[in-house]
Amino acid sequence: MNVSYDWLKELVDVPATPEELMDKVSRTGIEVDSVSRMADGLKKVVVGRVESLKMHPDSDHLHVAMVDTGEGELRQIVCGAPNIKEGQTVIVALPGARIGDNVKIKRGKMRGVESDGMICALQELGFANDIAPKAYDAGIYVFDEALKPGSDALAALGMEDAVLDFEITPNRADALGMRGVAWEVGATYGNKPHFNDQPVVETGKPVADYLTARVTDQTDAPAYQMRVVDNITIKDSPLWLQRRLWNAGIRPINNIVDVTNLIMLGYGQPLHAFDYNKLGSKEIVVRRATAGEPLTTLDGNAHELTEDDIVITNGKQPIALAGVMGGLDSEITAGTHTVAIEAAMFARTPIRKTALRYNLRSQASARFEKGIDVGSINKALDEAARLMAALGDGVVATGTLDASHVAATPVEVDISLDRINHILGTALDAQMVAGLFDRLGFGVKEEDGLFAVMVPTRRWDIHIEADLIEEVARLYGFDNLPSTLPTTTMTIGEFTPSQARRKRSRKLLEGLGLTQIISYALLSPDKASAFALAPSEETHVAFPMTEDHQTLRRNLISGLIDALAYNVARKQTDIALYEQGRIFPRSAGHSRPQEVEYIAGALSGNVIQAGWHQAKQPVDYYYVKGIVETLLADYRLAQPVAYEALVDDPAMHPGQSAKIMLDGEVIGLIGRLHPQFERDHSINETYVFELNLDALLAAARTEMTAVPAPKFPSVTRDIAVQVPQTVTNAEIQAVIAKNGGKFLQDAHLFDVYSGKKLAPGLKSLAYTLTYRRGDATLTEEEVTKAFSKVEEALKAELGAVIR
Amino acid sequence: MDLKTKLEQLREENQKRIKETEDLDVLNQIRVNLLGKKGPITEVLRGMKDLTPEERPKVGAFANQIKADLQENLQKRKDALEQAALQAKLATETIDVTLPGDQVPVGTPHIIDQIMDDIEEFFIGQGYQVVDGPEVEEDHYNFEMMNIPKDHPARDMQDTFYIDDQLLMRSQTSPVQARTLEKHDFSQGPLKMISPGRVYRRDTDDATHSHQFHQIEGLVIDKRITMADLKGTLLALAQHVFGADRKIRLRPSYFPFTEPSVEVDVSCFRCNGKGCAICKYSGWIEVLGAGMVHPNVLTNAGVDADVYGGFAFGLGPDRFAMLKYGVDDIRSFYQGDVRFLAQFKEEG
Repeated sequence: MNVSYDWLKELVDVPATPEELMDKVSRTGIEVDSVSRMADGLKKVVVGRVESLKMHPDSDHLHVAMVDTGEGELRQIVCGAPNIKEGQTVIVALPGARIGDNVKIKRGKMRGVESDGMICALQELGFANDIAPKAYDAGIYVFDEALKPGSDALAALGMEDAVLDFEITPNRADALGMRGVAWEVGATYGNKPHFNDQPVVETGKPVADYLTARVTDQTDAPAYQMRVVDNITIKDSPLWLQRRLWNAGIRPINNIVDVTNLIMLGYGQPLHAFDYNKLGSKEIVVRRATAGEPLTTLDGNAHELTEDDIVITNGKQPIALAGVMGGLDSEITAGTHTVAIEAAMFARTPIRKTALRYNLRSQASARFEKGIDVGSINKALDEAARLMAALGDGVVATGTLDASHVAATPVEVDISLDRINHILGTALDAQMVAGLFDRLGFGVKEEDGLFAVMVPTRRWDIHIEADLIEEVARLYGFDNLPSTLPTTTMTIGEFTPSQARRKRSRKLLEGLGLTQIISYALLSPDKASAFALAPSEETHVAFPMTEDHQTLRRNLISGLIDALAYNVARKQTDIALYEQGRIFPRSAGHSRPQEVEYIAGALSGNVIQAGWHQAKQPVDYYYVKGIVETLLADYRLAQPVAYEALVDDPAMHPGQSAKIMLDGEVIGLIGRLHPQFERDHSINETYVFELNLDALLAAARTEMTAVPAPKFPSVTRDIAVQVPQTVTNAEIQAVIAKNGGKFLQDAHLFDVYSGKKLAPGLKSLAYTLTYRRGDATLTEEEVTKAFSKVEEALKAELGAVIR
Repeated sequence: MDLKTKLEQLREENQKRIKETEDLDVLNQIRVNLLGKKGPITEVLRGMKDLTPEERPKVGAFANQIKADLQENLQKRKDALEQAALQAKLATETIDVTLPGDQVPVGTPHIIDQIMDDIEEFFIGQGYQVVDGPEVEEDHYNFEMMNIPKDHPARDMQDTFYIDDQLLMRSQTSPVQARTLEKHDFSQGPLKMISPGRVYRRDTDDATHSHQFHQIEGLVIDKRITMADLKGTLLALAQHVFGADRKIRLRPSYFPFTEPSVEVDVSCFRCNGKGCAICKYSGWIEVLGAGMVHPNVLTNAGVDADVYGGFAFGLGPDRFAMLKYGVDDIRSFYQGDVRFLAQFKEEG
């Protein structure tokens, strides 16, 4: 809401500059975003009178004007505007002037004729095209009154007025009118507004002679009031009215339309003016539109209406979209002679939806959406009728049409002093609180610390205790509240086991060299579904903004690959990333997806770059597996984790990928991306892993109990096992573990060989077996016996050759 | 030549040889030759049998003295030669200590998570619980319970990612408060909680908007919680996050779930309130929204609003990070550019 400082001062005493007012009101009531003056940066622009005019000798469209700018001597100015005429009062930018767009005016010659300044259009002073009056679109602006030549044109145009941009929150729609603002500003400084209202004088025929009005459903239009003004002459509004409009960002049109806008700005009450003679009937009926019913609105657009639209009709067809926009057929035009004015209150939600549906949100529809003061509907209507008659030389018909109305009764809200102090943490006294309510213009009665507060209809946002407490708090001043910490019985603050584990897993991966990313949970359907550990339904948002962000992810790897590709495209090829977040699998038959905490990583390029002292270390399957094993070891899982070759995921390398299994369940995957997938995504050789953290949290853990450091020495024996290529390490380890005997502590794989020294199809794996007894030093015989048992088992079960 | 003279001569000769020896092996050979069983001193002592019983002890003592002297000379020379050898070895082992150290891979936590962790720990220290909740939320909890009724403009399809009529991507983390309020047993004590997490809005991604971002909302409900408590809590938070010298100020605002509602400014941490580009020359930066919980929110959750009340606040870790570190494009948090992410080594 653009608030004119000059206008505001007519309504209430403001003991502050516009800038001071901005600061103060922002702290106590409504945020003021800025103070601006249209004249900022402009200078040496004066009023001039065109005394004589002749054609430029060397041009078919330029004129040479002799202009009185109050300096005794006339000033010769060449002007190209087609609408310039002798006797006009115009805007003159003198040599040395600065006008809009920071343009500087200099004395000069135009086609050989001296030009000592420039006659201006409003746009040249910085007016937006949609605010400057349409009549002067093709030329210079002409004042409709004879202002003194040489006087300040910027002041005459109201451009030196300070305009405060009030950011109105939905609860403070009362300040969408200057009167509401005056109350608010008055309360801030302890001043009551003075409105100097004048009564409407009804000298015309009874309004019932012109028109009837009726509302079919009072919930759609709780209040609907009309007046008629007859015998009016359409013309431009006087300058004072135009100034008010354009300073509020509204374009002056003509005296009738301008009055409706002026009243809306003053009272916050949107009005509509119909050309009575173009209604097509003598009745007004407010109802819902029928489906497909046509209406062409003022902007010239034809609409097919729906049953959700409230319309004003002439009893047969719609003539206006209620609260949103009038119809073209009953528009006020130069020939309008009789005006029917509507002041109404419409149901908020239908107005909002209609305005959205036809993309017709306006200052009027916004006010109906946010609510209006039922107490000022008729005041606004009366003032509009009075002004239209005055400015259009017309007469006001006697009486008001009352199709529906709402009683304007104040609301009583009771509250105790204790309650106020209890909520605010203050020790205010009753007199201070009563004084604050009085500043707001609320009626207040107090007895033994109990207030009965009468809230006028203009503050329809206030109806419960908390609302009154807010009024007290802000006017008393938030700065004056003490600062304390809550005193309650003691509470314990601690992370849940799941939260603590997630944080710990994040730290661990960071320690292992992975940088955390946060990617999007909404992805394209393809990306959302890739790498899934289990089959699941897709979940989409109903109205996505883009195709890339429409489906809830069921893996974290796709986001990591997006980040990887982003880096690779920027020549960053040595990358180690992880993300911790949720995936959203959904079971068939359920509308709601589950939310499962996952952690995943993607590595590409070198984990260590070649240096003067280090060889480069490219990432490979086993490096990533080391990361996964370290992370899993931290969970102290009671059951062993198994890696099962994953051969059928189209995005994964069929020979270098595995499902990670715990207790027969898939809890993750690891491996290289499929080279084709890598190419398709313009990334290099990349290894990924993904783990279901919730599954890990739910899994059985080993107890942490202290085991003393061994007292007796351990003995090691190395064994080289030659087996066919198809035999896996896991199989060999299983045989060793099963046959190792009770003293076997560890079987550490230290070499894998396949090559020239072995026949094709064979490989050799070498292990160090560590034996130890807890209660005695092992004898040579004990170790040898246990070791040969392993050897025999490997031969027998795997056909191994022991070397 | 008597024995004594012989011994003195031996000492003279060998002291000179020892002193001139540059080689440890040679020195060792000298020691063996000189002090061994076949060495000249033993040889001299063997001649003692020809001496008188009076002379024997004197010459014996003298011979031992000579032997000790030579042993000492040998040891000193050995020490000197060893020291020199060590020095020479050290000289060859000298490295350029300014050469760079080995690369040890280390990752960086995301700056948003750093801020969230820091704020979570701050509130844990004050006895708050950290409560997680679903990101796919019911309309009921996201809006209805938070006093945002059906026809409220904030519920337009334009602003929220709906999945169907009832389900949506949560647009705030306050539904977690509603869920917790519903379950909390106030006979067991007050509710002090924060709910951090990812939230979603139907926005077009640009420098200042992201369809996915983060929120931390806080809620304290008990019998005697005041707006002064809210002010003190937010002051402590602002000073923890933005520096001990910070001040805060509250300005009136509007949220459906609080009344009174305030926006909270913190004094500018860049210019200390003098005015700069960061605070748009106002000295203050808007950092969060807060207020006293609206009675409807309590009633909706089955809490007696005449007995219980309290405060709530909500802040955006993305905005905090942008303000605190001068990040000018919110998309930087979600693109995963390692050059951007890795610069945020943890504070503290």
